[in-house]
Amino acid sequence: MSVPAEWQQNLAKAFSNRSFLIGLIITGLIALTAVLSFVWTPYAVGTLDIAGKLKPPSEAHWLGTDHYGRDILSMIMVGSRNSIAVALVSVVIGIAVGVPLGLWAAARGGLIDEILMRFNDLVFAFPALLSAVMITAVFGPGAVNAIIAIGIFNIPVFARVARGAALVLWPREYILAARASGKGALRITVEHILPNMANLLIVQATIQFSLGILAEAGLSYVGLGSQPPMPSWGRMLFEAQTMISLAPHMALFPGLAIVVTVLGLNLLGDGLRDVLDPRLRRDR
Amino acid sequence: MALLDIKGLSLKIGAFSVLERVNLAIEPGEIHALVGESGSGKSMTALSVMKLLPGNARAEGQIHFNGTDILGASEADMCKLRGDDIGMVFQEPMTALNPVKTIGEQVAEGIRLHTGASRAVTEERTRAILDRVGLPSAKFPLGRYPHELSGGQRQRVVIAIACALKPKLLIADEPTTALDVVLQAQILDLLQSLVYEEKMGLLLISHDLAVVADIADSITVLRHGEVMDHGETTQILTEQAHPYTRKLAQASMHVPERSSSHRWDGDGTLLSVRNVERIYRGHRTGLFSRRETNKAVDNVSFDLQSGQSMALVGRSGCGKSTLARMIIALDRPTGGEIALWSQRIDDLSEDALRPVRRNMQVVFQDPYGSFNPRHKAERLVAEPLYLLDTPLSVAEKRSRVDTALERVGISPRDRDKYPHEFSGGQRQRLAIARAIITEPKLIVADEPVSALDVSIRAQILDLFADLNGRLGIAYLFITHDLAVARAITDTVMVMSDGKIVERGPTGEVLRNPRSDAGRALVEASPDLHKALARRIGEQG
Repeated sequence: MSVPAEWQQNLAKAFSNRSFLIGLIITGLIALTAVLSFVWTPYAVGTLDIAGKLKPPSEAHWLGTDHYGRDILSMIMVGSRNSIAVALVSVVIGIAVGVPLGLWAAARGGLIDEILMRFNDLVFAFPALLSAVMITAVFGPGAVNAIIAIGIFNIPVFARVARGAALVLWPREYILAARASGKGALRITVEHILPNMANLLIVQATIQFSLGILAEAGLSYVGLGSQPPMPSWGRMLFEAQTMISLAPHMALFPGLAIVVTVLGLNLLGDGLRDVLDPRLRRDR
Repeated sequence: MALLDIKGLSLKIGAFSVLERVNLAIEPGEIHALVGESGSGKSMTALSVMKLLPGNARAEGQIHFNGTDILGASEADMCKLRGDDIGMVFQEPMTALNPVKTIGEQVAEGIRLHTGASRAVTEERTRAILDRVGLPSAKFPLGRYPHELSGGQRQRVVIAIACALKPKLLIADEPTTALDVVLQAQILDLLQSLVYEEKMGLLLISHDLAVVADIADSITVLRHGEVMDHGETTQILTEQAHPYTRKLAQASMHVPERSSSHRWDGDGTLLSVRNVERIYRGHRTGLFSRRETNKAVDNVSFDLQSGQSMALVGRSGCGKSTLARMIIALDRPTGGEIALWSQRIDDLSEDALRPVRRNMQVVFQDPYGSFNPRHKAERLVAEPLYLLDTPLSVAEKRSRVDTALERVGISPRDRDKYPHEFSGGQRQRLAIARAIITEPKLIVADEPVSALDVSIRAQILDLFADLNGRLGIAYLFITHDLAVARAITDTVMVMSDGKIVERGPTGEVLRNPRSDAGRALVEASPDLHKALARRIGEQG
């Protein structure tokens, strides 16, 4: 069977690309842990065991317990669900709104392009966390509002990537041929533009995903993310703050979870970019 | 001893054999042409001399340059040779220059690196060499960036970089393929005089015998990595002893049979263009300064009869393509009228254009860029069927695609292939299949063969001529190459600076051009017969 040579090449390249492989393994493991937490955790995250509080890592509690005696490993596992869900949905929001906006701007050009992109600049000008704080401050804290806040920050990022890629594609001769075949801007965008820029969007999505994890941790650290009793990495760090001299493991492990997840996603993104972005392709 | 002496060079990339026992020798002051189709190993031979081969390539045999054994030399030795003793000129002047550095910096870079000269000396030498290649610093300051220069001027900068250190050997890989014929003649002229002045050797790579016939002293013909024929130019071209040499020479002068071209006359005017102009508004240079405007197409009028084939020739940047785009309604004129069968089309909405578009299609220059790389041939060729008012069933669509593919000489079984699985010539056939699938009355072809090898060019021209005869399609052929115009058009228009400066029957205009633009094109056009006649005349 014949498939686009690009795919075959990309697949072969992907699996010989070290950062892609490491990133894929890390991300895969974290995703597995999150899925596993639905059916099994070492301890239930709701059970408090005041007698066994602040225990360092041991055989019974691999990553120790917190100041209520909850098992930290279980909390990290359950917390990963929250982090991934928030980051994922906000990336989806960014793509769903940003990509059409960018494509529209590129297809129409002129005044519409100008208005859309200046509006984009406006959203972009606010630091992500600041705008998230503003939104959650107005609409109240919680996972849903965190998703909306981070999603809004993702919109201009995807709009720009989509517009830039589409502007490169529009003058191509196969687009002209499609126009000579009477196809309108919408149809050409769906048939020709979008599939040919999927690469860039995938790479950008992994990067925004890791930024989303960080942003979610940041928001729950300041208490604006998901609310107790649902564990989250950011709030675990916040709670560990006061105990740092007594029980450093309380801060260490959620911190490590964030670092490893972001690292894994960034490696995956870098690897994907190397594999998919032809401008960076080195054939020697 | 020869300056460059290649003996029994064999080259393998992976398991694929690229070159087989190639022999080639160049004396100082000699212009040696290496001619062959794409994929024949021409560029790989050049890269072997520079030792810039891909990592998985293995070379055997001997390359001696000026006493140095190239294949045995270390990378450090090669770095000294490259740019200093061996200069290289590439095909694409757009990508051979660094867009963020000024031309002065780029020329100076090599001089400083290899000679360690002071800033002042370097600058002086930079000015001297740029002046020599025809870019005097009074008109072209060193601070210019590549994008501020035209294609021909950029290629001059590339040559200046290659020649700045007066190399003993210059390698020019298709140096004029991306340029129009007038620029091509200028650049070849420049290369020739540089070589004679400095007693350099020049390895000139080309796919077209006609291009090298004028200036090369000797020719090596390469095919599938093997030397087919080699010797002194006049001898090779007059005797054409080797069948492959004959084939290349014939391809270069090819004129397709057009027996039935006039059968379709008398249907009346198909396309009429009246006083069309297209003005591009430039950017404001200052807050209060007026926008600069640029008239790309200026008051153009002409008629094209049904079944007729007309050439629009002109140098790059003369407005040919802009005019073509307005005719196929991809761009709107800023003035004038365009009508197909006396129906005005330049002011129609996209919906109203649908029936019109069925009758006019387009073929572009670049067989690589004309297709969405992610679609299969069937879907690509079927694209214009979107213009039909009643959608076809899958079976009907397939039969239309198969008919179109057969007409252009591609097996319908290939409909499930992706564009990259076709060769350049096949891809251009696909582009033609896409253009004829709605059975249009007019095809606008924008440089449809200038990206193809001469041998494939001949086949594609035959195909165009054949379709004109069989289907009665009228062509507007846009080209800078008069050989193409001569081959398949009845009438020709010469365009210069957005205006039509000359028109008439093709043979007449090309034999006896009256406008300056026409004369320049005719004189610069590479012609094997003329070159040969001149050479034999010189030798007495």
